Amino acid sequence: MADFGFSLKKARTVYLSKTDMRKAEQLIATVPSYKLCIGCGGCTASCSARQFTDFNIRKAHNHFRRGQYDKLEEELQKCMLCGKCTLVCPRGVNLRSLIINMRQILSNTTEILA
Amino acid sequence: MENFHPFVLPFVLGAYLLLILCIYKYVRWVRQFDRFQRTVIWKNIFSGKLLPAIWEMFKECLLHLRITKKNWRLGYMHRSIAFGWFLLIVVGAIESRLGTPKHFHFWVAIFYRYFHQAPPTTQSALVFTHIMDALLLYVLSGITLALVKKIHSRILGMRRATKHTVMDNTIRIALWSIFPLRLLSESLSACLYHNGGFLTQTIGNLFSPAVAQVLELPSWTLYSIALCLFFILLPFSRYMHIFTEIFLIYFRKLGVKERVKMTGYTKFELSACSRCGICIDRCPLYKDLGIMDVQSVYLLRNLRNLEHHKDIVEAGKNCLLCSQCAEDCPVDIDLMSIRRISRDKGELDTDGNYKYLHKVKAFNSIGRVAYFGGCMSQLTPAVGASMEKIFQAAGQKFWYMDKERTICCGRPLAQQGFNKQAAELRRKNTELIHNSGATALITSCPICYNAFKNEYQLHIPVYHHTEYIDQLIRCGKLQVDKCDLKVTYHDPCELGRGCHIYDEPRHVLQTVATLLETENNRENSLCCGINLGNTVITLDQQTTIRNTALKNLTSPDPDMVVTACPMCKRAFQHGGTNVEIKDIAEIVANRIKS
Repeated sequence: MADFGFSLKKARTVYLSKTDMRKAEQLIATVPSYKLCIGCGGCTASCSARQFTDFNIRKAHNHFRRGQYDKLEEELQKCMLCGKCTLVCPRGVNLRSLIINMRQILSNTTEILA
Repeated sequence: MENFHPFVLPFVLGAYLLLILCIYKYVRWVRQFDRFQRTVIWKNIFSGKLLPAIWEMFKECLLHLRITKKNWRLGYMHRSIAFGWFLLIVVGAIESRLGTPKHFHFWVAIFYRYFHQAPPTTQSALVFTHIMDALLLYVLSGITLALVKKIHSRILGMRRATKHTVMDNTIRIALWSIFPLRLLSESLSACLYHNGGFLTQTIGNLFSPAVAQVLELPSWTLYSIALCLFFILLPFSRYMHIFTEIFLIYFRKLGVKERVKMTGYTKFELSACSRCGICIDRCPLYKDLGIMDVQSVYLLRNLRNLEHHKDIVEAGKNCLLCSQCAEDCPVDIDLMSIRRISRDKGELDTDGNYKYLHKVKAFNSIGRVAYFGGCMSQLTPAVGASMEKIFQAAGQKFWYMDKERTICCGRPLAQQGFNKQAAELRRKNTELIHNSGATALITSCPICYNAFKNEYQLHIPVYHHTEYIDQLIRCGKLQVDKCDLKVTYHDPCELGRGCHIYDEPRHVLQTVATLLETENNRENSLCCGINLGNTVITLDQQTTIRNTALKNLTSPDPDMVVTACPMCKRAFQHGGTNVEIKDIAEIVANRIKS
């Protein structure tokens, strides 16, 4: 098939009854502005890490929101936290806070003090 | 035993306990200095830093000059208590030493009017008596002002005073009662033995000798107990700053700096905070949003006590890092570094996250300068385009490092406590810049500039584009003409308070336009609100802060607001004002003579 740079995606099914949504709920409780996300992809379009790899922040937080946490931890480590996504977000989602909190929830850590 | 009475015991006990506790704490903190800080100390310990340090200790710990410059009423209050008490001790020690030929103990100096009951006969003894009374009056005037400040802080020019803990309030009562009790005790003794000066003798004469006889000993005992209480609580309260600031000034003069983790030096800084609350008044979070529990004074207190762990994390995160408080701090504590230490992410801060950058290679730029627009410049492409135009007009070959793809400078990560990750990005950028062979680095973003200047160790000079354009204009490489626009200039936090660049952009703007100054400029510049420091406040709250800054900038009715930071530009662009918002590079690029 000709390569148009995009393709049809296979249908994916998320079994909500089998998914642990607690982490997603925790995320929304800590970063309430995430509820405003319309999934426009502005964050991915502006992403610095995206310019070098296939890192896709919209995909990452969408997966998180749906309880699909596989491989997200390693994926989110690619973020440079430069903050462009936060500045371009048309809905005012605090994406930097979202990314830090996703990583914290996934790795189950908090700030520590020596 | 001559010159002894049991009532001195609380004082003596307190003084010894204070000495032991302070030595214990300081030795422990010095042992917690890290290797780098120790090296700096050993390198500079014999370099003659002691005398300037003593001079600064005298100016700051006793005279409080920095605080006087900001607010003379507060300055007088602190000076009268600190310097007045210091003189009371020194002059009292000399007076008592001269007046007590034998059986001198150090407590005699403190309770001299009780032990030395003979009225002053010689001229010098009389002078000493009056001087001591004058000094006591000086301290009491400071205590009165402190009381006024407690009741109504606005009279002393503070919108809001610190909310203290029970411990701090208790020791404050002890401190405030020391001097009135001393006045009472000396007056009672003066009534009985006629050994007082102009103040104590006058007050003493109001008492009848019978009453004085009864009250004298209890009054001196209370004075001793108040001193004891103050001494014992001191190491656990905010008054630890009295001694700690002395050491802090010396270490700072030796060149010791904060590290990314908490060290012994941080403990010195935490204890040097007097919790005066000056950092609260001009904090944008308090001023515009009314948030009152996250300011540096509270963060430092919680860090020092470490009992409210959750509070520390929350207070640490909720800060714009605009460094207004660090600018205002009369002790000059490195508040921004401490804030970053409090955000340390621990295990979350992993190594090897950016392996995907390995394939990025440097461009051979021998004979060129490197231009780093910064991530934010990608959102304001006009800044980069204007810089390209300026380079071409000046005949300067350049390498636009991040025109297509940008590697972050690492400062945003470091600000959020990801120190290892930030170091990885710094290594990559350093490698790129050094391999390219460029002769200088120019950046448009004050955040990147601060990082390259202060966090990187580059072998080539680093300039912010305001500095660079200023140099080009001064040496005639760039010919610009003046337009008839009236402009105001916004000092970005990271460029102004962060790197102390105020004059270069102003000179550039005066060359190309008419510059109007605003009320809050230079060190007092207001944060644009939309920055990377804070991850807690919402967009609405950021907008409120932005609007205050924009209102200040548009108050002289300019045709254009000029800034030198792509992020500030973006923030103001969406501020709903009719005034044009431009970066300094854009206005210069438009005025190049062809």
